[in-house]
Amino acid sequence: MSAPLSENVFVDPQWHRRTTVAIAIAVLLWPMLVASEFKPWILLDAQSLRASGRFLVGFVPPAHSREFLLIVLEATWQTIAMATAGMVLALVAAVPLTLMVTESLSISRLGNGRMSKTASGIRQITRWCLVLLRSVPELVWALLFVRVIGLGPTAGVLAIALTYSGMLGKVYAEILESSDGYASATLLRNGASRLGALFYGTLPDAASELVSYTVYRWECAIRGSVVMGFVGAGGLGQRLDESMKMLAGGEVSTMLIIFVALVTAADAVSKMLRQRLA
Amino acid sequence: MSTNRSITQLPESPSVRLSTWLLLGAMILLVIASFLGLRWKIQEFFTLDALRTTKEFLTGFAPPDFSSSFLKKGLQATLETLSMSALGTIIAGVVGLLLALPASGRAGATARAGVRSVLNVLRAVPELVWATILLITAGLGPFAGTMALAAHTTGVLGRLFADALENSSPLPEQSLRDNGVAPFAAFLYSTLPQALPQIVSYTLYRWENNIRAAAILGVVGAGGLGQMLKYHLSLFQMHQAATVIIAMLALVAGVDAMSFWLRRMLTR
Repeated sequence: MSAPLSENVFVDPQWHRRTTVAIAIAVLLWPMLVASEFKPWILLDAQSLRASGRFLVGFVPPAHSREFLLIVLEATWQTIAMATAGMVLALVAAVPLTLMVTESLSISRLGNGRMSKTASGIRQITRWCLVLLRSVPELVWALLFVRVIGLGPTAGVLAIALTYSGMLGKVYAEILESSDGYASATLLRNGASRLGALFYGTLPDAASELVSYTVYRWECAIRGSVVMGFVGAGGLGQRLDESMKMLAGGEVSTMLIIFVALVTAADAVSKMLRQRLA
Repeated sequence: MSTNRSITQLPESPSVRLSTWLLLGAMILLVIASFLGLRWKIQEFFTLDALRTTKEFLTGFAPPDFSSSFLKKGLQATLETLSMSALGTIIAGVVGLLLALPASGRAGATARAGVRSVLNVLRAVPELVWATILLITAGLGPFAGTMALAAHTTGVLGRLFADALENSSPLPEQSLRDNGVAPFAAFLYSTLPQALPQIVSYTLYRWENNIRAAAILGVVGAGGLGQMLKYHLSLFQMHQAATVIIAMLALVAGVDAMSFWLRRMLTR
């Protein structure tokens, strides 16, 4: 190295590029800051500080009267039940839809690799149905169902069932198609029925992945069913919303603790189940 | 004959552990209890009255309001939703990276455990719950939504970043430090570049999630399309609500298509 070892050597060789990128990001970010009314200083505003201070002081001690705990316990159970029932209904809808969509179970494709027009048409329509089902967020479904059938867990269950059937159907089909198609194709070629090919050809390979995805979704459903309470679908979310509106800090903190515990527990159960399957 | 016997004599099926039976039983019990335990309103579904309200409700949506003034409002709300998601993700990325430094064990085991449990709590509370809490401090509007997204995403990203930093090889940084480079510079030029691809891809993935989350956050009053939907639904302005739902669908489907296309471009 012939160049004198000066301070200059340690200058970032890419500083030109880095500065340009930083400026470009700042320019792009500005309209976003305006659009989202980004004013962090209102957090430090005396009035809002007082309001949040009063609210947060109420957090300690968490509400722990016997009757309140019983109410919360019931709401927690309702949340779990909503998630589980929604998940079962989603499965009931998703399994037939999956079977309709999965391409490796196609019989008309066996000969020359091309599906017949009707078959591929039906598959495409079913695929669009699945897209539609999962594109509407579960909260929006819940909001709509609450309008139709009134407050209560039924709206939440149906919302979970609809959104999750779309998600499960899509992912199940992907899992089935990505597993080795040789066995099922051989069975189909030799005259097996579609269900036979599914049970003896595809499922043995894909079962553990399918079940582990289902368990993971159940965990997501528990989180989702809490959130749906906020639009009036019952359970922990609805209680949390009520307490929040009354600014009852103690009740909110109890429910937040229970909520975090519930999510952590669901996480742990789901991890345990998935490890057993792996 | 021997071939025949080998077909009929199938190998014995593997024995099933007792705990598996117990788990299965518990699961079936949970499902039955869930269906029995809920106060169902299914009967009301099939009454003539319910059928009529449902029909009225559904026909009320048509036609969606496509007048140009309303479309402009909708577009603004969509932009608000996008900005909320982008800002929330950027804030979460920066704070998450800062928290990932202690969470990856750079400041000792105690700090690691402490920061990780903070990240876990941030992550366990969903965006919507954060939004309702932050509404009290930040007031109605998109700012509360942005901060709510940032809070939840910080928990998610902080943990992922910490794992990425922990998994990168410590040798480059060690040799820079041994040769007298300052700690921060050593981190910037050795460990960070190793983890950076993962950090960027996690952040983009979370942004995708956050666009979807931001669309509905407004339901509790935290700005964007959700707030508009809640507003028009509660006033029973169904035509407008239908337009907002269509905008949401378009946004979600657009993000899905974008990420699918990007992923295919990147993996090809």
